[in-house]
Amino acid sequence: MDAKPRWLSVLDVVTALMLTAATIMVFFYAPMEAVMGPVQKVFYYHVAHAWVGMLSFIVAGIAGIAYLRTKNIKWDIVGLATVELGMVFMLVGIVTGSIWARPIWNTWWTWDPRLTTTTIMELIYAAYLMLRQGIEDPERRARFGAVYAILGVVSVPLTFFSIRIFRTIHPVVIGGGDPGADGSFDMTPKMLQTFLFSLLAFTVLYADLMWHRIRLGRLAERVEQLKLRLSQ
Amino acid sequence: MEGPANTLAYMIAGYAIIFTVLAVYLVSLVVRWRNLRQDEETLREIEKKR
Repeated sequence: MDAKPRWLSVLDVVTALMLTAATIMVFFYAPMEAVMGPVQKVFYYHVAHAWVGMLSFIVAGIAGIAYLRTKNIKWDIVGLATVELGMVFMLVGIVTGSIWARPIWNTWWTWDPRLTTTTIMELIYAAYLMLRQGIEDPERRARFGAVYAILGVVSVPLTFFSIRIFRTIHPVVIGGGDPGADGSFDMTPKMLQTFLFSLLAFTVLYADLMWHRIRLGRLAERVEQLKLRLSQ
Repeated sequence: MEGPANTLAYMIAGYAIIFTVLAVYLVSLVVRWRNLRQDEETLREIEKKR
């Protein structure tokens, strides 16, 4: 029962290979940035984590809509899986950003619009996970989760566009940034290739982890149903 | 002309966090899976006995 699908094993291998290749590209293919030095290499995985974090929360919103339309519990499992992953990826994005900021901005943290909106977004989904714990009825929990995820997804465009709308010191990777941004740099073709490949590798990692987390969610659902049956 | 800033320690710290968090998350998935499988087996045995 619930044997690991062959395609999941294939995806595991592809993910591992892509992550290895991305890491090799970061350290041995992309050139050293002339001003910032080695810490600039954190940028490749920092942006990739932030991208996957935002993608996860968008998927949570879509899963929320799908649940409300179908009332199928599988969408609640998808929603919970993607929010958990989004939290992990976004947390790493925040921490690596802070590590990069220390030598470049001369501070670990500043209440810049991007950093502030990202923190708010992370807290919104931390509350999602905590509030779910407090609801015992699976149907009510799923309905609550769906509505919350749909409302919470508003924080994603707010975070993404914060550096394009407000005055900020956070560099803008795609499109023109604020002239006041501190730590921006022009990407050479090798840097751009490494950056895009890292984004792709982490998107594949997200798909792989999602598959594993959804399987875990389905197992948890079965155990919960068994417990409910036995308690009656 | 000055060379790049000496920021190697920050780069190491950044990547150490990235790979540690990923490893911890993978371990948490495995541990939760094993625990739930055990729970499932135990509950099915109880159900059978009933």
